Amino acid sequence: MALKIDLENCIGCGSCVSACPFGALALNADGKAEVNEACRMCGSCVDACPVGAITLEKEAAAGTDDLASYKGLWVYAEQRDGALHEVVFELLGKGRELASAMGCPLSAVLLGHGVEGLADALFAHGADQVFLVDDPALEKYSSEPYAEAMCALIEKHRPAAILAGATTAGRSFIPRVAVREHTGLTADCTGLAINADGLLEQTRPAFGGNIMAAILCPDHRPQMATVRPKVFAPAPAEEGRKGVLVREELSLAPPVVQVVKTVRALENELNVTQADIVVSGGRGLGKSENFALLRELADALGGAAIGASRAAVDAEWISAFHQVGQTGKTVRPKLYIACGISGQIQHLVGMNSAETIVAINKDPDAPIFDVADIGIVGDLFEVVPALIRALKQG
Amino acid sequence: MHFVVCIKQVPNTTKVRIDPETNTLVRAGVESIVNPFDENALEMALVLKEQNPGSKVTAVCMGPPQAADALKECVARGVDDVILLCDRAVAGSDTWATSYAIAQAVKSLPEPADLLLFGKQAIDGDTAQVGPGVAEHLGLPCITFVRAAKIAEPGRIALERVWEDGWEEIVSPLPAAVTVLKEANVPRLPSLRGKMAAKKLQIPLTTAEAIHADPAKIGLKASPTRVVRIFSPPQKTGGEKWTGLSGEEAGTKLAAALQDRKII
Repeated sequence: MALKIDLENCIGCGSCVSACPFGALALNADGKAEVNEACRMCGSCVDACPVGAITLEKEAAAGTDDLASYKGLWVYAEQRDGALHEVVFELLGKGRELASAMGCPLSAVLLGHGVEGLADALFAHGADQVFLVDDPALEKYSSEPYAEAMCALIEKHRPAAILAGATTAGRSFIPRVAVREHTGLTADCTGLAINADGLLEQTRPAFGGNIMAAILCPDHRPQMATVRPKVFAPAPAEEGRKGVLVREELSLAPPVVQVVKTVRALENELNVTQADIVVSGGRGLGKSENFALLRELADALGGAAIGASRAAVDAEWISAFHQVGQTGKTVRPKLYIACGISGQIQHLVGMNSAETIVAINKDPDAPIFDVADIGIVGDLFEVVPALIRALKQG
Repeated sequence: MHFVVCIKQVPNTTKVRIDPETNTLVRAGVESIVNPFDENALEMALVLKEQNPGSKVTAVCMGPPQAADALKECVARGVDDVILLCDRAVAGSDTWATSYAIAQAVKSLPEPADLLLFGKQAIDGDTAQVGPGVAEHLGLPCITFVRAAKIAEPGRIALERVWEDGWEEIVSPLPAAVTVLKEANVPRLPSLRGKMAAKKLQIPLTTAEAIHADPAKIGLKASPTRVVRIFSPPQKTGGEKWTGLSGEEAGTKLAAALQDRKII
């Protein structure tokens, strides 16, 4: 236990209790502060204590051996069925900035079967080097061979830091990699920077977006982070830019998990994460059928993806593929039109980086208006049809 | 068969707010609940038990003594056995150390697990790391974001795992681990009999030593990540707000504004 409370000095003011984001402090029967198992040793209470009665005693951590031998920044170049995930270009954009600050090359890790042709796009978007594992075991995604390949590369080439998309695949096998390499992994980062000590400072939302936490991985390598799609701007392409392709032969064991069938659900629809315009509906829509009105608006706008709040998905008005927010997708369209969405923080974190936000809601106090560029207090069933008519006359 | 559900007790984050004056979290009146996605994992385990007679469901939880309430909730819904890992030695654990501790707790169960079930993520941390992490510590395959599961034949499980743009049908050998989506099912309510059983239940606290956890692999010192700072998210300030317009006026004005700003 490294958090020490000096009971002699504790005045029982409760400042630490309210400062603790994890609910790990309470006043005991004697009116003194007491720490419980929920403590994450973040030190918030240390700063909050007016009498200096709380101290954080650092214990010697058993970190990765030979930290200095870990060099370079890697980006995981996720591909599925031979197409790179859009987040890869965003990671390369941020990665370039971080690699400059670290004074190291930027590399991409490409895993799959028959995907060598994708390396050129990675070079064009800023990768100095591409590590390629081309193996039949990687043809269809499953976590075990993907983790195996990534770990083999890490152990051989020792990168200082790795960024991956917080996608379905990234959130599935990257945690396995971090556990096997005994290193830290910060999920869903919204900010990444190199601090004065040369460490990767990772910022992420917690408690459903109610607080932000800055996290370091000081003593273990590689420092690993996942980043949600659409959080960072993509790297621009420079046609003809060249880099070094490093092929690694691993002879992976065949996957134990068999993919029997793959179904694409959004075949004829725009995916919310890719669309320039997202028209989103929430509880205020009232029923499933009313999403037809939003589809009509999407058509009038010349094509837009349909998004939804958790309330609308939970009510089963629309499938979870459309959900925007903390437990759904993060979007960053040019225009986001929120119809009948109150704007719980869990929804806002998924869409508040849209370039322009329009909100239509009956409740003038709805939190969605706090982030809207144009907020309309009114009945969506009157405003949206009028908007559609005006657009059609346009 | 033995289905083991790993659950977390979390604050109901939809009610957690930041006090703008003090810049700290307001936790008063925020109740502790079973992580909602874990309820879906639990329901999946209970359905699998019903479909496979002679099976058993165990719930595993790591947390403070109050987390016993979360396990009682599981018992009320039909879980046969519970284990609460509660030890100051695990305080400060990040996802690495938590995965290790839970893996040790699973290993210590008298009957080996055929299937480990987790919620897709916890609503307080949202990392989605502990499920795959436990599977890695135990050397099991892990299939994430699962919305349907069925024991297809002895020793194999048929699953539907969801991607960003669709889903896949997957067959995995057992033992294995899965992380479960909300859309998988609607969790049952506790039965009256279950509630009675839960009420009477005394849940012993299991120590790290009892699960043979290596002291060097638990708690803060085994956790590679450090939270160095906590702050309020930057607030985007709102723009214009139009009130008192008729629907017709607002719709027309909006179309014009979007065109003026060259958004469309």
